[in-house]
This record gives sequence, C-alpha cells and structure tokens, in this order.
Amino acid sequence: MPLLKNNLLVSDTWITAEAEGELPNAGDVIVPFARLHTEWDALSARTGRLGVRFGNTDKPEALAGFLPRLSVIVLPFPAFNDGRAYSIARRLREMGYRGELRAIGNVLPDQLQFMLQVGFDAFEIGERFPLETWQKASRQMSLAYQRGLFRRGAEAEIWTERHTDAEPWLEQPHAG
Amino acid sequence: MYRYDEFDHQFVRDRTNQFRNQAERRLSGELTEEEFRPLRLMNGLYLQLHAYMLRVAIPYGTLSSRQMRQLALIAEKWDRGYGHFTTRQNIQYNWIKLEDTADILDALAEVEMHAIQTSGNCIRNVTTDHWAGAAADEIADPRPVGELLRQWSSLHPEFSYLPRKFKIAVTGAPNDRAAVKVHDIGLRLHKNGEGEIGWEVIVGGGLGRTPMVGVTVRDFLPQHELIGYLEAIMRVYNLYGRRDNKYKARIKILVHEIGAETFKAEVEAEYAKRPHPSTEVEERELKRIAAYFAAPPLEKLPRWSPSFEEAKLANPAFARWTKNNLGPHQADGYAIVNISLKPEGGIPGDATADQMRVMADLAERYSFDELRVSHAQNIVLPHVKKDDVFAVYQALEKVELAAANYGLAGDIIACPGLDYCALATARSIPIAQSISRKFADSKKQDEIGKLKINISGCINACGHHHVGHIGILGLDKKGEEFYQITLGGSSAESASIGTILGPGFAGHEVADAIETILDTYLKLRDPGEEFLATYRRLGAKPFKEALYATA
Amino acid sequence: MTTPEKGQLVTANRLRDGIAVFLTRSGDWSETIDDAVLAQEPQAAAALEARAKDDEKKTIVSGAYLIDAERIGGRVRAAHIRERMRALGPTVRLDLGKQAEGKGAGFAAPEGV
Repeated sequence: MPLLKNNLLVSDTWITAEAEGELPNAGDVIVPFARLHTEWDALSARTGRLGVRFGNTDKPEALAGFLPRLSVIVLPFPAFNDGRAYSIARRLREMGYRGELRAIGNVLPDQLQFMLQVGFDAFEIGERFPLETWQKASRQMSLAYQRGLFRRGAEAEIWTERHTDAEPWLEQPHAG
Repeated sequence: MYRYDEFDHQFVRDRTNQFRNQAERRLSGELTEEEFRPLRLMNGLYLQLHAYMLRVAIPYGTLSSRQMRQLALIAEKWDRGYGHFTTRQNIQYNWIKLEDTADILDALAEVEMHAIQTSGNCIRNVTTDHWAGAAADEIADPRPVGELLRQWSSLHPEFSYLPRKFKIAVTGAPNDRAAVKVHDIGLRLHKNGEGEIGWEVIVGGGLGRTPMVGVTVRDFLPQHELIGYLEAIMRVYNLYGRRDNKYKARIKILVHEIGAETFKAEVEAEYAKRPHPSTEVEERELKRIAAYFAAPPLEKLPRWSPSFEEAKLANPAFARWTKNNLGPHQADGYAIVNISLKPEGGIPGDATADQMRVMADLAERYSFDELRVSHAQNIVLPHVKKDDVFAVYQALEKVELAAANYGLAGDIIACPGLDYCALATARSIPIAQSISRKFADSKKQDEIGKLKINISGCINACGHHHVGHIGILGLDKKGEEFYQITLGGSSAESASIGTILGPGFAGHEVADAIETILDTYLKLRDPGEEFLATYRRLGAKPFKEALYATA
Repeated sequence: MTTPEKGQLVTANRLRDGIAVFLTRSGDWSETIDDAVLAQEPQAAAALEARAKDDEKKTIVSGAYLIDAERIGGRVRAAHIRERMRALGPTVRLDLGKQAEGKGAGFAAPEGV
C-alpha cells in the first residue's frame, strides 16, 4: 500500500510480519510488539532494518530499550475518533525516537495536520481521497498555539513567534 | 479584555477556511456524516430538533459591545432574531443552516470571535466567574489564565480526540461563582504568604448521569507549571479514559474507578517524565495577556452617590431592583449590574437582537465597553458608576430587561430542553415558565430570598440541576414527560450534589410541588436563613413529608 | 370520521439546512408531516428506512429514523411529542417553525404544561 510521506506518495518497502511464522532472512521487516520481546535475539541478528507494530493501549515506555534499534513504529487508529495514538506518538518523540512514525487505520485528511504535529511522518492513506486533498489538508492551518510540537508542516508556533527573543526550547522536538 | 493580534486573526481565518472546505466536501458527498460529524462539532455545529444549532464561544464569558452587536446581527441575518445564553457562558442559535455556517464564522472572526471546540470530544470553552475583575471578594482576576488556556487548548493536536468532552473552569475568588468543583478540571487561585499566586488543581468533577465533586490533586501549583501539569492530566485521561461506553467516558469516571490517590500518582509520574523546557515563553505570554485585563480607568468616587440614593427613594421598583440585581464592586462608587434574562413567564437566557443591542449600548456607555455572561444565563455589566445605575435601569426597562429577580426564585436556570434539543427526554422551558408565573409576586420572591432553581431536560444535565438548591430533571415515563425533584445541590465552594426527594411529578404538577417545598422552607427556617442552609440543617425529611403526605 | 391508520413513518433532517422533514410516498422529503407515507407492516417500514439510508448517502438528508404515528382524516399525528414538535416547531415559541409558516400539520402538541 502506498504511503504518504512529505506530502508525496511513496511505495512501502517494508514487510509486515504476522503474529507468528517465519521472518524473511533479509529486508526491512515490521513485527508485532509481542515478537519484539520474545524474538529479540533473532531480530537483532538480522540484516535489514527493524520496525514494530504497536497497539494503542500499549505503554510507550515499554519500547524504551528498543528505540535505538527501531526504524519504523506503526501506530493504529482503530476508529478516527480514537485519539490514543496521538499521545503515544508524542510520547515516543519525547523519549527521543527519531525514526519513522507511521499511522495506519482510520486516517482522514482532516486529521493529517494533528498527526504531523504530534510526530507522525508516514501515513497509510488508501485510495479514497486524491493526493491533492491530502496535500491541501496538510497546509490548512498555518499556525499552531502549542509549543514544542513535532510539526512536519509549515505551521508557525504562535507563542514562539510572539516571543522570539526568549529562550529557545532546549530539547529539539523536530523529528529527523 | 483580550484583543487579537495578527496571529490570533490568522488562526481564526485559517480555521474558518478549513471549515468552509469541510462543509463543501460534506455537501458534495466526499465526506460521510460519520466523518463530518466530529469536524462540525469541533466548530460548534449540532444537528437538533428543528435545524442546526450553532454554539458560539464567549471565552470566560467576556465580550465587548462590538461583539454583542455582531451577535445581534447574526441572530437577525442567519437565525430568527434571537439567541440563547447558556450555562457555560456561550451563546446558541437554534435555526442555523449548514450552508450558511462558514459565512457566520467569517462574521464572528471579524469581531474576534469563533465557535471553535464548543462541542466535540475536546477541550471546551474555559469558563470563569462572571464577576471576574470586578468583584469585591476577588483575590486576582483569573481571566488571563483563562485566555492562556483557551489558546493552549485550541486545536491541540494531542487532545482533540479525547474519550469525551472536557470542561475547564477557573476562579480567582474564595466565593466560587465558577463551579470549579464540578468541572473536569477546576482551577482555584490562591495567594501564599509571600503574595505569590498558585493554583489549586481540582480534577474529576462533573454532572450528568453520574454527578461528582472533583478531588484536589495539587494545593498550590506555581503558575508557570500550569501548562505542563495540565498536559500531564490530559495525557493520562487521553490514554486511560474509557472509550467503550459513552456514559463512562469522562475523566470523573477514571478518577472514581482507579481512585483519587492512584490517579494523582499517574499524573505526577507523567508530569515527572515529560521534558521540562524553559517556561519562560509561557510566562511572557501570560504577562502579555494579563496586560489586557488591567483594571479599567475607574474614577476615584465616594462610596455614597446622592443621585443613586434619591432615585431609589423616588422609585420603589428601582429600589427593589437595586437590592436584588446589584453586586458589590471592588471600587467605591461603582456597582456590578446584573441583567436578568428571566422575565416573568419568559424563556430563561433568551435575548432578542434588539435587547442585545441595548445591552451593548449600555456597556459601551456605562461599563467600559464590557459585558459578561453568567452561568445562570444572565448578562452582567461589570463596572457601572452608581451615579449611572438609574439611567441603565431605565434603558433596561424599555426593553423588558429590568426583571428584579436576580438570584431569586424567578431567576430560573433551564436548558433548552425538548422544545429544541434532540438529546432531551422532556421539555424544560414550560416548567420554568410555570414556576416563574407562580412566583411572579415580587413580595413572595423577596420573602423566599436567594434561591437557585435549575431545570434539565435530560440526564445530560446541561441545566446543572444537580447543583441547584432545587433541581428538576425531566424524564420520560412510557412516552410521557415527568419530572424528578432534587434538593440541596450547590456549585459553590462547599459543593454538593442534590438528593432526589421521591417519585416524580407530571409537568402540570411541578410548580405546585415547588410551592409546597418553599412553603415548608418558609415555615421552618431560622430568621434570615437561606434555603440551602435550612435544607442542610433539617435534611430532606420535612420536605418529603410535606410533598408526599397522603391527602 | 375515518378510523385512524396507524403505522410508522421516517423523519430526518435535510442536510443543507437542517430542517426536519418526512419521507413521502414518492420518495421526496416534505416539511409537512401530513405528506408522510405510513408503513403499516414491518417489511414496509424496513423498506422506508432503507430508502432513507440511501438518501443519506446521496447527501439529501441526515439522521433518519422511524417513528410511530397515525393518520386520521388526512392529518398525521406523531406518537411522541418530540416528533410532533419536529412537525410544528417549539411549544414555547408558537411564532417560530413550521407552525408559523403555514407548513405545520398534524395535531398540535399540548400547549404549556
């Protein structure tokens, strides 16, 4: 399935493994969170990059030790009004994660900017809406009040803009 | 009061354009109703019984004459010539078209207003004391923090899809007129020995199906920690609040189910984990905002106003109105004028476009261009010279806004109910009207004294009946409307939830039941004792007996 | 006096302006409840509902649902006061809504309390 990244469609080169079964020898693979624990030795020994598919009721802290080795974290939106993944995403970024943060499930253009602002940078978007709709949605709001968001879009932070001579945010919030 | 800068203006412009685009995509069929619904709710647009309803935000209940005039214009141009002021200090229009809404939002943006997040599972209008900045008992004006939180919560990307709605209230006075104990988060301002401001943080209060009083999680949070700490609370709620059952999804349920101590520990753990960048920007921003809430240029006046006193002597109706409708101002020679939107037999909280314009004119001329909306669905002119009060009264009389029942039995708080609301189980306005007519006699109202009667047309409790001294809840019994009465609620600092008296009543019986209750009170009260105090002293028993005594 | 014809009808809100409307025999939506088609059997009611769902997809209406009602002498009375108000307007503002626009129909909701 194509992914939306940086407002363009790119192909997904990752293989998503099932809950059980063989893992491919080489290549980039996304495993369910449970397998990360139980098969860590095998996974660390592989060539190819590693990603994890996380649940929206899992605690982000559980990924702490794995973060340096992860290149993709996939978070679900089981319903578009289930907002738990927004907090999980932002928390993962606060924990220092700088790899790809991918949103799957019920992802609508009208939520794109919020997702970008909490740190998502890749989206499984399906075919329902044309690319232009997504691109337009990513630019709808040119401003955000909140400080320290992980924005990928062009929004300016209002409070930062108002007080440009104040101390900058010490931690670098921008992913990547 | 706060004035938008270029950023605030751009923000509401972008937001309006965003909604215009969303509405077009809905009307074209690109978005389904299921997808569009949360988007329109986050712009305050409900689908109700007769038409769409638009709830416009009046941040912390404060508005200028220019804004009030625009609300009047909107009522005339896009609605049926009136608006309804709500128990959360907002205004609602009941006859709105989806296809007009973007234009209405443009008209609001012109006067620095919006309908952002007045509905939806997000942070709603931050409400406060309707006497903020004027009340004699105030420690400090809470509205700068109200504005800070309004900005912080507007289109917050992490907290826009919460398990359920989220309501925050702030107060700066020891007498709590903002009901902070029955909000999802309530903030009470305190000053320590060194004169520093800190905030008591109260979480998990609320009304509705399971009314609860909130718990204090912090006694004295330094002001510069507010945003960080609130974010910790919101994150705990967003992650752990229930999403399986709409009626168990508020933060009060989470606090109740895991216990206050565990909840507090979760919040503190979350707060400790978060990166704590310098809060210098937030502090500067708060200072910048606070400058807009500096006291108006009040004159140095004597406490005694001869013309005011003479007018009272010459005009008994005016004298009575001043006794009931004026609030004590911080400054000598000034008064807080409370305009009752509860005319005898009228619809609580409704005002016509003409009435709005008269109130706007009065504010501009006599109250430093400022008005407030109270939780009791009334309007306040916060800074009026006593010398001017009679002129204000005369102007109000001309447009039937001079009801002298502020805070009395006639000052009934009622949600729109089944007459307007698709969620309601029963009508509330006709009940309010029948009670208002029964107690129309001014002598009787004065004799009864301070009394809060709250009416809700369904369990969602938008009429706040749980915290009414007398609460009335409209229910449905086999397709017929019937009403349950509660006593002893209060939203003040010693907050309490009312207790159900007994079996319910048919609509036409309610006013008589209220009369029986109040006759009982008059019979049993100590001299000068207000209704709530009598109830707390005697309990429900005498009232139950009077009401349900077999004939 | 003809005997009342009891059944179910479908009401919804028109999408663009939110006005409460009622599904008619021809498949149009009318603001006048007297124009509504009454289904007297469960299958007929289900068919009405299905047509309404279709119109929801076509962005004509939103929030369609079935209600009990009866037709007496050409006039339709909804069983519940809520829907009687959808047909007429609020009971506390007789100058507003369909009742004031000559589109009101059905039996009036009981006035006042």
